[in-house]
Amino acid sequence: MTRPNRITPLLLIGFLVAIGIGILLPQFYPDFVTYQLTLAMAWGIAMLGLNVLTGYNGQFSVGHSAFFAIGAYSAAIFIEHFGWSPYAAIAGAALCSFIFGFLFGLPALRLEGLYLALATFGLAVATPQLLKFGAFEHWTGGVQGIFVPKPAPLVEGLTPDQSLYYVALGITIVLMVITWCILHSRSGRAMMAIRDNPIAARTMGINMPLVKTTTFGISAMYAGIGGCLYTYASEFVSPDAFNFFIGVYILVGSVIGGIVSIPGAIVGGLFIVFMPHVAEGVSNTYPWVPPPWAVFGVFLILVIYFVPFGVWGAVERGLAWTKRRMAG
Amino acid sequence: MELFFQLTLAGLAIGSIYACVALAVVMIYQATDHFNFAQGEMAMFSTFIAFTFLTFGAPVWLAAVGAIAISFVAGLIIERVVIKPVENAPILNQIIVFIGMLMILNNMAGWIWEFTIKPFPSLFPSDWGVQSELIGPHHMGVIGLTLIVLFAIFLFFRFTRVGLAMRAAAANPDSARLVGVSVSWMLALGWGLAAGVGAIGGILVAPIVYLDPNMMSGVLLYAFAGALLGGVSSPFGAVMGGMIVGVLENWIGHPALSELLGFKMNELKLTFALMVIVIVLLFKPAGLFGRVVVKRV
Repeated sequence: MTRPNRITPLLLIGFLVAIGIGILLPQFYPDFVTYQLTLAMAWGIAMLGLNVLTGYNGQFSVGHSAFFAIGAYSAAIFIEHFGWSPYAAIAGAALCSFIFGFLFGLPALRLEGLYLALATFGLAVATPQLLKFGAFEHWTGGVQGIFVPKPAPLVEGLTPDQSLYYVALGITIVLMVITWCILHSRSGRAMMAIRDNPIAARTMGINMPLVKTTTFGISAMYAGIGGCLYTYASEFVSPDAFNFFIGVYILVGSVIGGIVSIPGAIVGGLFIVFMPHVAEGVSNTYPWVPPPWAVFGVFLILVIYFVPFGVWGAVERGLAWTKRRMAG
Repeated sequence: MELFFQLTLAGLAIGSIYACVALAVVMIYQATDHFNFAQGEMAMFSTFIAFTFLTFGAPVWLAAVGAIAISFVAGLIIERVVIKPVENAPILNQIIVFIGMLMILNNMAGWIWEFTIKPFPSLFPSDWGVQSELIGPHHMGVIGLTLIVLFAIFLFFRFTRVGLAMRAAAANPDSARLVGVSVSWMLALGWGLAAGVGAIGGILVAPIVYLDPNMMSGVLLYAFAGALLGGVSSPFGAVMGGMIVGVLENWIGHPALSELLGFKMNELKLTFALMVIVIVLLFKPAGLFGRVVVKRV
């Protein structure tokens, strides 16, 4: 099941129910949980970007932390140095990270598979050092980073956390729908054709460089928007917050959620935000249990061995199986 | 001028460490077409094992040899247990397994030995060899030891039956199998050797960068840059590439250059490694000493 689903009544109802739950959640939980859910969506958006790039276009990136950082920093700079409103800064951050991703995608065009992973690995490792770089210090705040105040509530009666949550929810829904539309369009089919058989795709007249770089740009844009929301929620950007491991987390979430899927990204986001707490609790109670991220490393390898299609892939397969059973 | 020579020699020393790690990366790449993203963390873990021997009071050379031996066995086991299941899987799956290993090793090291930075003693006594203004005793020892190790590896691959079998298994698995070479064990042996060579790199670099679970991420990037520059299909190239990257990296840190450009260049060393990677991949993907691989479609 490597192609996105058609709209079925079940899918549509599921999507609407999920939105409904999403809207209601902050009413039942305290601000801290709302804040965590906002973080989960920020991660989820970045993972959605990686899913489009890797799952649907077959290009690898272990360095999405770089684009996450570009989005976060450009939003912070727009607010701090240009006095933009936080919402305009989201659009600015999206544009910046798109351009950056598109430009990085140009040399990356000639790299295949492993080599692209290597180049993005380099980018991710170099990013914190670049952000600290003396010549940019006036803009980036150097080692100290930039403080970004939480946006004021959009609607009276909401706390800042709740307001930001609804903004993130809106953006997540819009981006998921846009992704779905892209994947079902001519360009989406071109992306998947390149993934499945580059030579055949080129023979059919697909402009491969254009599709690949644009996909890289879109993916970076998603990561940038995610980074921007992440910054608003955590109210802070600093160079070491965007180290190589952020890129690893994005990859881990994508794979566990299901890298060839759209909703899987949200599963991945929830996993990255909530599972460390659960695991931490376990290893606090039982001191012999290794730390969360080591356990997740084992978990990741097991997922790749046994369920490489991830959680959402498993759900889809389960549904298909039930349908076949019911049809007799 | 004296500073220039100092920087060059120090660059050669640090470059020989990159060469060790680059050689480990290339050995695995040649045998299995994988880039081992966990190579740096494996070397880091080996160094911590040596550190543990030291805390038990072992002399530093014994600790190093013990850690290298353990790394060899561990590398063998990792290949048999962790890597074998994804041998024929898509590239993405393989990369993710390496990333998983990286996470496990990094966090386990932090859990066992804590994330604090620890000093690690040099293998070489401070009054070792020729006293010189130009190069410190540790750096001189690093260059010497690396050359010996590399020469030994060359002899092993060139003149022993096992070395020949390993080369055969990497170059043409099917034919090697037909003449009775156990290809899968040769791969495991390659992993073991790579883990051992990487461990030497880790033990040599630890006195310079200090010991902590994140010490190798930069080193691994330089090693990748070196491996690509020299050519991933050539172990000799990887060694040369590692050396070149080490020297260039140190030249970039030269104060005169920073003064000339008006900002501190040594803050951009990792970016430099990234540039090397991207430029080599774009303009000479086979590297300086590598063969051009023609793929049949």
